[in-house]
Amino acid sequence: MTCDEARILLHALLDNELDAGHAREVEGHIASCPDCAAELAAQGEMQRVLADTNLRYTAPASLRVRIEASLPQAPREQPTRRAVLRGFAMGSAVSALAASGVVAVVLRQDDQQRILSEVVSAHLRSLQAGHLTDVVSTDQHTVKPWFNGKLDVAPPVIDLTAQGFTLVGGRLDYIDARAIGAVVYRRRQHVINLFVSQTSSAEYRAPRTETMQGFNCRRWGNRGLNFWAVSDLGADELAEFVDKFEAAMKANVEG
Amino acid sequence: MPATDDVQKAQRFREAALPYLDDVYTLARYLLRDPSDAEDAVQECYLRALKHFDSYRGPAMKPWLFAILRNVCNAEYARRAHRPSATEDTPGAVEQTPLWQETEASPETEVLRNRDAGAIRKLIDALAEPFKETFVLREINNLSYREIAEVVGAPVGTVMSRLARARAMLRAAWTAEEEHSR
Repeated sequence: MTCDEARILLHALLDNELDAGHAREVEGHIASCPDCAAELAAQGEMQRVLADTNLRYTAPASLRVRIEASLPQAPREQPTRRAVLRGFAMGSAVSALAASGVVAVVLRQDDQQRILSEVVSAHLRSLQAGHLTDVVSTDQHTVKPWFNGKLDVAPPVIDLTAQGFTLVGGRLDYIDARAIGAVVYRRRQHVINLFVSQTSSAEYRAPRTETMQGFNCRRWGNRGLNFWAVSDLGADELAEFVDKFEAAMKANVEG
Repeated sequence: MPATDDVQKAQRFREAALPYLDDVYTLARYLLRDPSDAEDAVQECYLRALKHFDSYRGPAMKPWLFAILRNVCNAEYARRAHRPSATEDTPGAVEQTPLWQETEASPETEVLRNRDAGAIRKLIDALAEPFKETFVLREINNLSYREIAEVVGAPVGTVMSRLARARAMLRAAWTAEEEHSR
């Protein structure tokens, strides 16, 4: 084997792309040629440095939104005339679920990831001018009825102004190919989107925080509903929001 | 209102192709350098991919998307070449002379200092096509030689020699810069 050949093949050796026979030939040459041995060592070292460096780029969230928006979307469900939930309580949620015959949706892990990314995309879309709310009100008694008739299960709307989270309004959004409600809160300049969808599982799932594209998302399940709270707030403040929300829910149900 | 078939197809496409968005965007950034051109190219790539998704039977999704992106980028090169005030370095120029002279490999192994990602990206950006493309597909996008050959439409032997040349040029530029900064 000549040095010229070895100078090409040593890369294939480094990349583990050579079959055993060729690998032996290259190694044989390198064992007897200090120049090629030095080149192999040098290239191997460069490869290690490159592997230790993050040379990838991350697609901007706006690009993801643009591509998502260009894909055909499922048509939004038409509002039904079915009896809608008035208040919100555990009993009514569960019976409404039974009445509407919603099929159990058990999510696999990768589905969870996909939905998380959809939730974050929906949060991003909502931040575009004029997209945040369909109904603007700081009054829970205005926001809550607005959802009625638009969704199978109206999301719980709780005013948390006294706890430091101002209710801003509500919006219909689209996650996992179905219409769901989003309740919008604000803390200082930070928007919190609380997405609520129904689930057939009534069991409690403890809140967990995940991070995607720089946003914190805390999701949990309770009373037959799945919740995702998304914001650019710090994880601790978002956790505080969820705690306050759950405490108020509990008080409402027991009250 | 789109037909249900379209919606289902879009959903399957979303699950199959969107996880590679960062990979596709990374390749676009290296091929086109300009961030907003890269964004446009990636969006166009996904539009074309969706259009041809029905006939997609493999190879693996990632190289398939890369091959589409490459076509989009080639169209962009052509557009740039026809632009009246084309910049002096058109990445499309094949076998373009690199900005530095390839040095004879020195026998002693010099230890490369760890560099920040920005500095290394600049060195990679300065590689001439088609060496840069081959290098990025292998070193950053982790494609096998066979997959690279399919993406760029060249024999595996060509991929190997381009990769060897790309790495030699990169290392030469890297060490030259370090000597300069000493």
